[in-house]
Amino acid sequence: MANKFFVSPSPHVHGDTTTRGIMADVILALIPALVVSTWVFGFNVLLITAVSILSCVVFEYAIQRFMLRGRNTVGDLSAVVTGLLLAFNLPAGIDWWIVVIGAFVAIAIGKMTFGGLGKNPFNPALTGRIFLLIAYPVQMTDFSVVPAHGSVDAFSGATMLTQIKESGMAAVDNADFMQMLGGVMNGSMGEIGALALILGGLYLLWRKVISWHIPVAVLATMAVFAACMGLGEGGSLVYELPLFHILAGGALLGAIYMATDYSTSPMTHRGMLIYGVGVGALTMIIRLWGAYPEGMSFAIFIMNATVPLINKYCRPVRFGVKHVK
Amino acid sequence: MKTFPIGGIHPSDNKQWSKAKAIEVLDLPDQVTIPLAQHIGAPATAKVAKGDKVLTGQLIGEASSFMSANIHSPISGTVASVDMLPNGQGLRQQMITIKREGDEWVDTIDRSEELKRECGLSSKEIIAKIKDAGVVGMGGATFPTHVKLSIPDGCKAEILIINGVECEPYLTSDYRTMLELGERMLVGVEILMKAVGVDRAVIGVENNKPDAIAHLRELIAKGGYRGIEVMPLQLRYPQGGEKQLIAAVTGRQVPPPPALPIHVGAVVCNASTTVAVYEAVQKNKPLIERVVTVTGKQIAEPRNLLTRMGTPVEKLIERAGGLPDTDVKVLNGGPMMGRAMVNLSSPVTKGCSGLTVISGDEASRGEASACIKCGKCVSACPMGLEPYLISKMSRKKLWDAAEDHNVTDCIECGCCSYSCPANIPLLDYIRLGKQTVMGIIRARAAKK
Repeated sequence: MANKFFVSPSPHVHGDTTTRGIMADVILALIPALVVSTWVFGFNVLLITAVSILSCVVFEYAIQRFMLRGRNTVGDLSAVVTGLLLAFNLPAGIDWWIVVIGAFVAIAIGKMTFGGLGKNPFNPALTGRIFLLIAYPVQMTDFSVVPAHGSVDAFSGATMLTQIKESGMAAVDNADFMQMLGGVMNGSMGEIGALALILGGLYLLWRKVISWHIPVAVLATMAVFAACMGLGEGGSLVYELPLFHILAGGALLGAIYMATDYSTSPMTHRGMLIYGVGVGALTMIIRLWGAYPEGMSFAIFIMNATVPLINKYCRPVRFGVKHVK
Repeated sequence: MKTFPIGGIHPSDNKQWSKAKAIEVLDLPDQVTIPLAQHIGAPATAKVAKGDKVLTGQLIGEASSFMSANIHSPISGTVASVDMLPNGQGLRQQMITIKREGDEWVDTIDRSEELKRECGLSSKEIIAKIKDAGVVGMGGATFPTHVKLSIPDGCKAEILIINGVECEPYLTSDYRTMLELGERMLVGVEILMKAVGVDRAVIGVENNKPDAIAHLRELIAKGGYRGIEVMPLQLRYPQGGEKQLIAAVTGRQVPPPPALPIHVGAVVCNASTTVAVYEAVQKNKPLIERVVTVTGKQIAEPRNLLTRMGTPVEKLIERAGGLPDTDVKVLNGGPMMGRAMVNLSSPVTKGCSGLTVISGDEASRGEASACIKCGKCVSACPMGLEPYLISKMSRKKLWDAAEDHNVTDCIECGCCSYSCPANIPLLDYIRLGKQTVMGIIRARAAKK
């Protein structure tokens, strides 16, 4: 057999990390939360998730093939991640055709319009979710689906954040933190199950898919913000309010999985911290004083827009500038 | 354990293939080809012509300027030609071809194995002898050693660092040299300390070579070498980069170019080069042979071969059992910074620390996909650059922007390309950008 003799510039070896591997890790990390969601809301969760993923993949394939006429990129699994995250941002009782529209906006407008993976300035799944929230506000905030498990109290049809918006601090007093941690509360499909989301986050940290900077900056900012508000209310709220805000709504899902989206977050650790603080602060501002009970998606979306600017000013520290340690 | 401050990667070291193989002497080749440019700087000037008889160790190429190095004949015989011949990359270069007749050495060279410890020479005399012997950095950069040791006015050396890191995967020539020629190296260290006027030397070795660390420490204690310390370093590529090593050992960062290591008081010399310094100063022996690792996952008999310069590369590969029956890429050097060769009849030169044969699927590059802006290249860059950005700037020929983003700081270690999940050949473009921008900077300086 004749040898093929290769020549190329260095380096001649490559690390094990691939785009597809990273996406597969994210999918794997989201599985525990999917399991919790299915357990709480029932089989419908898997159905909606499947519709969402399938639509995203089909839209990406079709656009890439017939409009952009590029190489098939479905294999990199990024459309699957978008589909999964979009589903996680929807209530469990949503109609399937709304999911398809959301997937179309996410992939076609949020991602492929800009040229595909890595070129989109805004998180595609969030683009889809925000569109649906504006276009179908009733369906998107209808959390009345009867859960398969859990006490009826925890699923009074309103999310924890709606409760705090409507009835104030009494909602915090009534909150059962252990239930919130386990996922027995109402909300979008993937945002419940704090423990499962944290578990997946630790996996991503261990696999070095994400670094701690964004999640910690987001959650710490939210906690500090909430603690200050709690201070104004007095009593044990200084501790309880931060915990409430981190466990309720999409804080964990957003901080760990959505805000860390590579193409829509900064490149340097310093930039990531600034971005994370921005996401955390905006989320709390919307939650406390805005018209919407939840502000995580808007906060990430707004901070996505600042990423090019952050990248411009938060460059890495050049070697040799700090001369003597 | 110490290491350098930013970036870096952990490639699998693959040293297991050749690390246990003791240094063996390769049979003398029948013919050698000696390039006149085996170092950074101006090529040497040929001092022989076709038909001349030469002895082993005889000067055949003279340094043409301060930033140049002497070249000596590695064998005795007759000069067959002084001509332009293709090097490993297929580029034509001036080379002297010598046909071997026996192995008769120049008589001033001391060929005894006995260790000669005492050196009564002054700093100037030491540097002159090193220059005469044509010693250059043998880690791959081939910077003339006498230039490195000539401390510029206004600077003062505070520490001598011996580079025994060998962070490049696969290669084991420095490792074997430290294990087997450790005493010569330590005398070399003493000589170098005297040459640059320091009383402290640190030998930096990564902790994947615990036996080399223990062995050198034992030799230091036994021989009473004063001021020499072996420092184990945390395993991390590119620790053997000069700036990275200085930062790891001293905590000081060499400022961006045009600053030199001496500006933070450091002089760095590779482990094998230090042995060459010993040979040059104590034994009058010019740099005409070196240890070359021949290795690869599918190489039948990986070896560490003491090879005369100018020996055709194929001779070494033959000795290691030949090329495997798969797709291959033959590298002069290791897989991170080595250069792929097209011409295996090209010679071993002063900077050739190893021949690595990459085989099978690893031999060809995978297809690149879109940048996902993961920032892994930014985290991996040991120079604090933004590889994804300067690579793109170079691709789009935005030279001014690339210059603003310090493309010339790049040390071409390859960490960015290695860690890119999209398999983008970042360094290819960055290298192009660096060379172009350096050309622009030179042209600008020439105009002034």
